[in-house]
Amino acid sequence: MLIAAGALAVGAGVVPSVLRQPRTGAAILPGAADARLASDAAASPRRGAVVDLPGLEHANLRIACATCHDTREPNPLNAAAADLYLFHQGLVVRHGALTCLSCHNPSDYGTLRLAGGASVAFEASATLCAQCHAPQAADYERGLHGGMTGYWDTSRGERLRKSCIDCHDPHAPAMPAMRPTFKPIDRFLPPREEHR
Amino acid sequence: MSEQRRIELPVLGGVSRRTALKGVGAALGVTAFAVAVSPLRRVAGELTADEYFQKHYKELDEREKEAVLARLQEAAREEAGRNDITVSDDPPIPGVKFAYAINLSVCNGNGACVEACHRENNHDRDTNQSYIRVLELPRGSLGLDGADSTYTHEVPAPDKFYMPVQCFQCDNPPCVKVCPVEATWKEDDGIVVVDYDWCIGCRYCEAACPYHARRFNWKAPRVPAEEVNPDQGYLSNRIRPAGVMEKCHFCLHRTRRGRLPACLEACPTGARIFGNLLDPDSEIRAVLRHKRVFVLKEDLGTEPSFFYFFDR
Repeated sequence: MLIAAGALAVGAGVVPSVLRQPRTGAAILPGAADARLASDAAASPRRGAVVDLPGLEHANLRIACATCHDTREPNPLNAAAADLYLFHQGLVVRHGALTCLSCHNPSDYGTLRLAGGASVAFEASATLCAQCHAPQAADYERGLHGGMTGYWDTSRGERLRKSCIDCHDPHAPAMPAMRPTFKPIDRFLPPREEHR
Repeated sequence: MSEQRRIELPVLGGVSRRTALKGVGAALGVTAFAVAVSPLRRVAGELTADEYFQKHYKELDEREKEAVLARLQEAAREEAGRNDITVSDDPPIPGVKFAYAINLSVCNGNGACVEACHRENNHDRDTNQSYIRVLELPRGSLGLDGADSTYTHEVPAPDKFYMPVQCFQCDNPPCVKVCPVEATWKEDDGIVVVDYDWCIGCRYCEAACPYHARRFNWKAPRVPAEEVNPDQGYLSNRIRPAGVMEKCHFCLHRTRRGRLPACLEACPTGARIFGNLLDPDSEIRAVLRHKRVFVLKEDLGTEPSFFYFFDR
């Protein structure tokens, strides 16, 4: 069904109106074996492009990468989303000097590629991240980097650990600016409107 | 503090500073007296004999404690009109001493921890009460004089860093020493607790704490029934009466059952690390082993169980 939808989009020459970049699978690092990864707990597979086609808004069609990439020659010169005209519009890439093929595997878009050429599953993307971010990876293995939920005492219950890409968008990994939404209302601050 | 902010006591509009100060003194005196005699004042009111004659937490035997918990649970259920509320009293886990650490390189001051504490611990909704205060400090400084916890702008702001402050569960806690009625003490797992039914609300502990970590209930917390956290503990998040002190208790109703504290689970940056200081394989021990940690106001000798560190 995914393939059918993809063929529809490509065959009709339709440019998807909205493109949300999906979050890919979880990561597995040695030392994190005591904990399940939060992204593993999510029920649905998350790979591929999610598109809303014209006339089918919010249909949430998920189109596997290989639908298109199996039949197209990879172009190593493509370095930014702006270079592409199908499916990747609006994708913000702000990740050092990396290009698409620094991480994506041109011989099998269903996997990622390490610097040495070995392919690695999306679920193990942390291994890929760790190539450059060794201090963070070492901290992650010790439980000193990355959020978690569940139990501090894993003999009593399960702990869910977040993977790299649960918090960092792999295409623009810097933590986004946030706005504090919750502030104590101090008695010595000016009274609120309704109390004046 | 910005200049345009008006700072005044809500009750004293349009009086000179001198009269105001006199007024404050008188008002505080009257308030302190009223609160000090509050058990007497209340006994004529709604306080039952069971409540009035309830012993100190540490003097309760198992049977008496069960009766107290049952009574509090019944009252809490009636108040909220909910049958799922439980009031428990989890004891410290033998061989466990809790400690906390925060990575200040990662914390961006978004305040999700502050709100998580507010919801978990049944804080008063009108005042957005919370046990956590996130300080915004100029980079390169630890001078708390320049700290601001009221910022509302987008974070992280340039040239600022953020330091969440809550109870440090000190090993040498000044707040415990000053309590005239022993309503606050340090438990075997390191958590400093308050018996809300024994506290007389004198606020000595609030003044003694160098970290401004204790809070006073100026009125009974008001929480809409549907928002009440039904998982309540006698020494932790049960809804407190007016006129008593409270403070961060490391979410002991969760952590003594092996769970992580609410503020840690809520942190979107993963800056918070919690665990058992006595377990050499714990994350908190890894922090102490691999990071350069510091404690706030180390020179005071309070010996906090709460550490800060920077990645770089």
